[in-house]
Amino acid sequence: MAAWKLNPGMPARDGEMNAKVITIASGKGGVGKTTSVANIAVALASRGQKVTCIDGDIGLRNLDVILGLENRIVYDLVDVVEGRCRLRQAMIRDKRLSELYLIPAAQTRDKSAVSPSDMVRLCDELRSEVDWILIDSPAGIERGFKNAIAPADRVLVLTNPEVSAVRDADRVIGLLEAEGKGPAALVINRLDMSMVRRGDMLSVEDVLDLLAIDLIGIVPEDDSVIVASNRGQPLALDGKNKAGLAFQNIARRLMGEKVPFIDFDTPNVFQRLLGRK
Amino acid sequence: MDWLFRRKKSANSAKERLQLVLIHDRANLTPAQLELLKDDLIATISRHIEIDPGGVRIKVAQDGREERLVADIPLKSAIRRRAH
Repeated sequence: MAAWKLNPGMPARDGEMNAKVITIASGKGGVGKTTSVANIAVALASRGQKVTCIDGDIGLRNLDVILGLENRIVYDLVDVVEGRCRLRQAMIRDKRLSELYLIPAAQTRDKSAVSPSDMVRLCDELRSEVDWILIDSPAGIERGFKNAIAPADRVLVLTNPEVSAVRDADRVIGLLEAEGKGPAALVINRLDMSMVRRGDMLSVEDVLDLLAIDLIGIVPEDDSVIVASNRGQPLALDGKNKAGLAFQNIARRLMGEKVPFIDFDTPNVFQRLLGRK
Repeated sequence: MDWLFRRKKSANSAKERLQLVLIHDRANLTPAQLELLKDDLIATISRHIEIDPGGVRIKVAQDGREERLVADIPLKSAIRRRAH
């Protein structure tokens, strides 16, 4: 297995950019892919990176509402692929962070409107314009997932500390290895430390033992995620909440920084991670 | 303190159940298929050498994300030798 090369530090700002394409997948629905893509994109953009996120969930688009950009959609991904507009015209610029763009999914079509090679072509065109391309994969392991991973340089697999999410994550990790897209990096989302302490939730080390891949982020359960989605203001915009901070840390790790995993108000998460055999 | 509670913590059940499920998911082999494979293995090996069919153990072992099929097949002669 070839180790994935992380771009050390920031990509060149001047002249030709060469974007990293990062896809977020989970297999299971509802584990927080869209929220994670929105927040990692916001976190990267707040660090001066030029970011475009692509909603890969054709027919069930949502990245637009999580980012609060739903009223500004004119063209979408399928319009670009079918030649009704230029790529630039489908990129909605976020007014809060000028270096953040969204290419929304089409709402009235289905996954078969786009092919994996369309996605590769589209991302190749974008690569010279931005530092990062973040793709929100739909749930499942069918066409939409295959479209989303086709152009990926790296895939982040998102899971919750819960049996069905871990099982599906394992399946996705296996598929990525088979497609030559591995090794994936793991994000554990919605970790509830009080449940872990009671012995009623899989711990970070349990999940790592089971899935046996590298960890890139731990995001705690946080009520502000719902509040942020109600408002269409991703929580990584202000770094005052636990989940927002966790997404900022994922962005920093993607950029090549070594960031210790946060100790979420308990004395032993970090120690446990260090003590992991 | 855990020994005080007879009921196992639910996180432990989750982990143990997942360990089994993932092994079979990854190898694309159900426990029933594994039993069939074991029977075939016993029949095949028995044509060449005398074994103790009741003592055969077969399982999918894990090392990181790699799996291997591990079979422990006691020979009849070995049993006799141990007995003396």
